[in-house]
Amino acid sequence: MSLSTKAVERLTILGLLSPTLLILLFMVAFPFVSLIFYSLHAFSAMRPARGMNPVGLGNYEFLLSDPLLWQNFVFTGKFVLLCVVIQMLLGIFLGHRLQRNFRGRDLLFTLLMLPMMLSPVVVGFLWKYMYNSEWGLVNWFVSILGFDKIDWLGRADAALWAAVVADTWMWTPFIALLATAAFRGIPATIYEAAEVDGASRCYIFFRVTLPMAAPVLAIALIIRLIDSFKQYDLILALTGGGPGSATETVSFAVAKSAFTYFYTGEAAALSVILLLIIIGLSMILVRHLNRMSERR
Amino acid sequence: MAEITLRKLSVRFGQCAAVDDVSLTIKQGEFVVYLGPSGCGKTTTLRCVAGLEQASSGDILFDGRRVNGLSPSRRNIAMVFQFVSLYPHLNVRENILFPLRARGVPAREIAERLAWVTEVFDLGAELRRYTRALPPGARQKVALARAIIRRPEALLLDEPLSAIDEQFREDMRWELGRLQRQIGVTTIYVTHDQREAMSLADRIVLMNDGRIVQTAPPNAIWRDPDDIFAARFIGSPSMNLIPALPVESGLRLAGSQVVLDELRGVPDWVLAQGRPLLVGIRPAHVDLVETDGLPFQIEHNYSVGRERYFRFRIGDLVCQGADPGGASGQAIRFRPEGLLFFDSGSGRRLRKGVRP
Repeated sequence: MSLSTKAVERLTILGLLSPTLLILLFMVAFPFVSLIFYSLHAFSAMRPARGMNPVGLGNYEFLLSDPLLWQNFVFTGKFVLLCVVIQMLLGIFLGHRLQRNFRGRDLLFTLLMLPMMLSPVVVGFLWKYMYNSEWGLVNWFVSILGFDKIDWLGRADAALWAAVVADTWMWTPFIALLATAAFRGIPATIYEAAEVDGASRCYIFFRVTLPMAAPVLAIALIIRLIDSFKQYDLILALTGGGPGSATETVSFAVAKSAFTYFYTGEAAALSVILLLIIIGLSMILVRHLNRMSERR
Repeated sequence: MAEITLRKLSVRFGQCAAVDDVSLTIKQGEFVVYLGPSGCGKTTTLRCVAGLEQASSGDILFDGRRVNGLSPSRRNIAMVFQFVSLYPHLNVRENILFPLRARGVPAREIAERLAWVTEVFDLGAELRRYTRALPPGARQKVALARAIIRRPEALLLDEPLSAIDEQFREDMRWELGRLQRQIGVTTIYVTHDQREAMSLADRIVLMNDGRIVQTAPPNAIWRDPDDIFAARFIGSPSMNLIPALPVESGLRLAGSQVVLDELRGVPDWVLAQGRPLLVGIRPAHVDLVETDGLPFQIEHNYSVGRERYFRFRIGDLVCQGADPGGASGQAIRFRPEGLLFFDSGSGRRLRKGVRP
């Protein structure tokens, strides 16, 4: 008995796809399923002997009634909002400035991209030294301007801004890069048409340039939103979550409960919550993005 | 609606002069077509009028007012580009309204004018659609609607039909001509397509190498070209230009023993000096006759409908004729009224009684 051609074809396709599928299965599907599984159990990776005790939604219940976690969420919310808004505005401004060709543009571009290429931990330490209240560069400038030195990392409100500035320094170039590319993709005749149509520079920017670059800018926004939402390493190096636990993001809380206290089940539940929030946020944006690209 | 004057306009890009000393006055409401091969400076001239290109020297005047320094947005002109330049993020309605919104025209007037152009262009069904979904012809219609909705001083069209299908182009051409006459806007139209120029223009401005070759109404430029460039560029199939030398009994056509004795159009001084010249004759003026013709062998012929085209050779030169009547003679006759003469050195037209 011989296989039909169609069956052979199907087997070939399956055979060729199977390595990728297997990798995906082990790297994505398996961890995801086990994450959900752990989140429904009281379990500590350090004390496997205590075993897996199913608790239903107990972990979630506990987490959502924990005021400290809510504090983490509030901080993360503030951090994300400030980061994304400031970085988008700065990045779009820079991207707009950089779209024209001028002497030294390439060099300037390369220099501007440097922060993005550093490791977040390095950036965190870098800024930690600059923020040092006694001998840091930032306070040197502050005192030159005639103000009192500020304990940047020792006060909760200042530490939030310190973290936002460091993150912004690192990631604004990324937005600028995408924005420049998006702006440069707009054909010159569109601008000429707009100019002939009697539009002012400002009108052209808000009614032509920005809307036409919007799909790319939206992608930049999604990426930054997700990235800053799970910010961990930069803040770990910069403030270590302090003062107290004032600058602990939700990811920070996940890491802490997973790898400091080894509440594996609880950490898994928190990860799931984080995941849901990020998926929710992205879905709103992706849907918006699809609507934008449908008409073009 | 403005009268547009170009005074000694030149545009140089580095060493190269794209537009070289062009002077022209376009009357109020006139439809002027700039015609010429690509790279002749016609588009650059148009962009200068729009303000998208700066003149290197010379002036541009709207109703006698110099506008050289004004930005495009302050000249109140409208332009339609060769490649569709609609705003992809806006629907048809918002595209058309863009110039009004950009100038802050009040809402009531916006509604009135939208109703007007929608009717003129029959765009009612398309208003809510996005431009990418429209066929090229309809997109250019939207671009035209966007151009005229604000009642510009002048309408500038840069090869607006060249990206449209042949079939639709014809319709658009008629439409455009009708529309221009209806609203009477001063119009400059740039094209390399002589058929568009012939059918639309009040006046054709023929350009070559940055200079104006000839300015004349379509039929005049066909009947009465000023030089061999105009003679060859206008008309299809293009004019035959046959080198000839004055001899005792007339003009001997180069590469043959044939002597043309029809000399009515040749200035006396040319004959007297024995200067070599070019005899121009349009294919439409070359007839087939049974007897008494010039003894050239017909090499090839074909018919399109009632028109019959044929080729014949004078020495090495291949010439063309077109016989609308479908006559079937074997000899050739040049109609005397179709004979034009050009100086073979300068290419300028030789006219009886005019001595350069």
